[in-house]
Amino acid sequence: MKTVFRIIALTGLTLSMSSCFNSKKPNYQYMPNMYESTAYETYSESDAFKRGGVEAQTPVPGTIKRGYVPYEYPNTTAGLEAARAGLQSPLDTASIDLDRGGQLFGIYCAICHGEKGDGKGKLVKQEKFLGVPSYKDRAVTTGSVFHVETYGLNSMGSYANQLNQEERWQVAHYVMKLKGEL
Amino acid sequence: MDIVFLCRFFKRNATFHSVFAWMAFVRILSITVYNMKKLGNHYSILKTLFFSLALLLSASVSMGQAAPAAPAPEAAAAAPAEAKGDPAAGKALFNSNCAACHKLDSKSTGPALRGVAGKHDMSWIYKWVHNSSEMIKSGDAAAVKLFEENNHSVMTAFPQLSETDINNIIAYTSEPKAEPVTPPGAGPPGTAAADSGISNNVILGALIVVLFILVIMLVMVNRVLNRVAEKNGLEIVTKEPGTPIWKAFAKNQFLVLVSTIVLMLAGGYYVYGYLMQVGVDQNYEPVQPIHYSHRIHAGSNGIDCKYCHSAARVGKNAGIPSLNVCMNCHKNISEVSDTTATADHTKAFYDGEIQKLYNAVGWDKATQKYTGKTQPVNWVRIHNLPDFVYFNHSQHVTVAGIECQTCHGPVQTYEVMKQFAPLTMGWCVNCHRKTEVKMEGNAYYDKIHSELAKKYGVDKLTEAQMGGLECGKCHY
Repeated sequence: MKTVFRIIALTGLTLSMSSCFNSKKPNYQYMPNMYESTAYETYSESDAFKRGGVEAQTPVPGTIKRGYVPYEYPNTTAGLEAARAGLQSPLDTASIDLDRGGQLFGIYCAICHGEKGDGKGKLVKQEKFLGVPSYKDRAVTTGSVFHVETYGLNSMGSYANQLNQEERWQVAHYVMKLKGEL
Repeated sequence: MDIVFLCRFFKRNATFHSVFAWMAFVRILSITVYNMKKLGNHYSILKTLFFSLALLLSASVSMGQAAPAAPAPEAAAAAPAEAKGDPAAGKALFNSNCAACHKLDSKSTGPALRGVAGKHDMSWIYKWVHNSSEMIKSGDAAAVKLFEENNHSVMTAFPQLSETDINNIIAYTSEPKAEPVTPPGAGPPGTAAADSGISNNVILGALIVVLFILVIMLVMVNRVLNRVAEKNGLEIVTKEPGTPIWKAFAKNQFLVLVSTIVLMLAGGYYVYGYLMQVGVDQNYEPVQPIHYSHRIHAGSNGIDCKYCHSAARVGKNAGIPSLNVCMNCHKNISEVSDTTATADHTKAFYDGEIQKLYNAVGWDKATQKYTGKTQPVNWVRIHNLPDFVYFNHSQHVTVAGIECQTCHGPVQTYEVMKQFAPLTMGWCVNCHRKTEVKMEGNAYYDKIHSELAKKYGVDKLTEAQMGGLECGKCHY
């Protein structure tokens, strides 16, 4: 009987050694006050803010960020038509960078619109996102592409959050290049 | 010493762990063999023991193989084709032209289209599809009503669709809704989830039970043999009590010295290991408020990391996407496809997580509108560098062109996100020593690159040779 107890004790010890590691909890730190910033950091909580101390706040109404150019066309069908007809790209031929536009297109657009802009992206092929048109079938202009990138259209969301204005123009030029090749 | 720390250390030092387990196993084996010897007929019992163990193992293997073979669900019976149009051709047309804004059974940008043939007559539908804005302008009562009901969104005109095409689409939308297919013999929902864990847990449980029975049997066999020996008048040899082992050990001074040194070395190793893992959060895998699966998004859907973490291109911080980025797709995708569900997580579970997103962002699925009632999502931060070190994502992602997976691991396979790398200084420095700098196509730095290459006498510079080991580069 003594040996049985010994066996049980040994297995029990091994099990308890290996089972209590908890990956759901962070580890201990040496001197945490050297790890944690006194000032609030990105995505931290801070008493400086109301609403539960969320650090990620929206900008104060009426403020713009550096380098922002006001965009006058409204987010309506009329605005889209006006942009389609009249909005011109501020980029000259020297500053149009189709390589960069292509990279950005690959990250943000190709997943639905397809690498070639034919509306056959990976999500469409998997039937998760349907009805993405080919650029060939739509009367898009550089201006209307920029407008749709900025505001979104129907099921497509706005990309103003992920791409700044200059990047959106680069992508718009790349889209027009793809349309020309289709 | 806190047992938890010890455990972490054991987890991190798999070799030591296994050595420990091996030692325990050998000890158990030797004890068993010793007991057998006392009984005199150890061979037969050992044989039985190994035989039953082999039997058990083979049984468990066959069980494990049998478990995943589930009967394939029968395909839903195809609905009878409409006399007027071809639903198969209609489906293709619907998916390429209409599905961006219309779903069959739920409202999207436009209304649900199943059974639309019963709501309007065909000539009205032809006119509407070919140019709906014209109809609204001309004041057609039904057209204006539709326009009002759907947030004044204008339907793209489709003059390229012929009347036959529209007939085909209408035939597709007139098909009855396919019943959800349940595999034959499946129990009520809930039992399926319990079944999935069967292979591992049941086998382990069975193993433990069988081992326990074996131990009891051993004890009983021992008793029976003792009794048999008693009846036959055989004398059982009992061991005479000698010097206790610990006394003998204490007397042997050399052994005491050696074991003290071994113990101190082993102890030092453990103490060092324990101290070195404090503050390291490798494999930290917290439960997040919304179960977001990188496996589905980055793996099976193949969405680029930078689609959501767009700030990694241009900023210090990689960025946790704000919920409007989620809504770029989830405005349209309110439930996962049937193929997404796994044994661990059902479709209902994933749909519930999408609903959590809708609640947080204030999206009403039924009316396809934002309600304005939002609540922040309290994500748990996983990767967190100490305040005294500077790290910039854009420098690594855009300038150096390093793949996200280099530091974050195969995230596209993670169902639950965890920290892959230790994020210690040694880990950073090792990579800086090994990584060669991409020097081509960077005319601005050509001169300094060639000068440095000449100084170190190498063709390719590593990050360390560029000054990537200087303290002040990261600590200031």
